[in-house]
Amino acid sequence: MDVLYFAWVRERVGRPKDRIETGAATVRELVNELTQKEERYAAAFADLDALRVAVDQELSDFDAPLENVREVAFFPPMTGG
Amino acid sequence: MDIRVQEEAFDLGHEARGFAARQAGMGALVTFTGIVRDLEGDDLKAMEIEHYPGMTERAIEKIAEEALSRWNIGDILVIHRYGALEPDEMIMMVATSAPHRADAFQAAEFLMDFLKSRAPFWKKEVTGDGAGWVAAKDADEDALDRW
Repeated sequence: MDVLYFAWVRERVGRPKDRIETGAATVRELVNELTQKEERYAAAFADLDALRVAVDQELSDFDAPLENVREVAFFPPMTGG
Repeated sequence: MDIRVQEEAFDLGHEARGFAARQAGMGALVTFTGIVRDLEGDDLKAMEIEHYPGMTERAIEKIAEEALSRWNIGDILVIHRYGALEPDEMIMMVATSAPHRADAFQAAEFLMDFLKSRAPFWKKEVTGDGAGWVAAKDADEDALDRW
C-alpha cells in the first residue's frame, strides 16, 4: 500500500511517500502502526483532529476500512482557492 | 467542463474570451480570480502551493458536477495553479456560464467555497522571517453549510 503525506505532515515525516506492507484493518490501525514505528510518525500524527485522510483519493475518515485499498494519504485541512 | 491544474501562469483575458466563445445561448458569464495577496507588514516573498496530483483533478470535477446538477448553468471552467507564486500573481480562476446571471453567480460562489476546503491544495507563505503553512479557517468550513 502507498501511504502519502502532504504539507506539514510530509515535512514531519520527512518524505512524501512510503510503500508499506500492513495488516491494519482501518486507517486508525495504520496510524497506530506508524506511530509505534518511529518518533517522526508520532510527531506527524500527534493530533488526529488536525489531520484529514483520503482513501484511494477520496476524502474519508479514520474508521475507514483498508481492505483492497491501494493508496492512503494524510494531510492538514485543505487551503485551496 | 474544463478543469486544469497547472504550474504555468494563465492569461485571464484570453481564458475568459475563449470560454465565452464556446458558449451558445448563455446570457450570463461570471468569472472569479484568486490573486496572491501581499500581507500587510509581513513582506510576503512567495506563496508555495502544494497539491495531490490525481486526487486534485477528481475532487474539482466532483465539485463542478455538483454545481452543474444544482443550477441551470451551461459550462464551467476551473484553472488552479500549484508551485511557487509571487505576490500579485493569479492563483486560480473560475468561470461559469448560464442563461441568467443568478445561476452563474451562485454556481461560481459554490465552486469557490468548495475549492477552498475540499480540493487538496495547501498554501505555504514564505516571508522574510521564514515559511509557514496557511491554516484553514473555521469560516471557510462554515461557508459550506449554506449550500
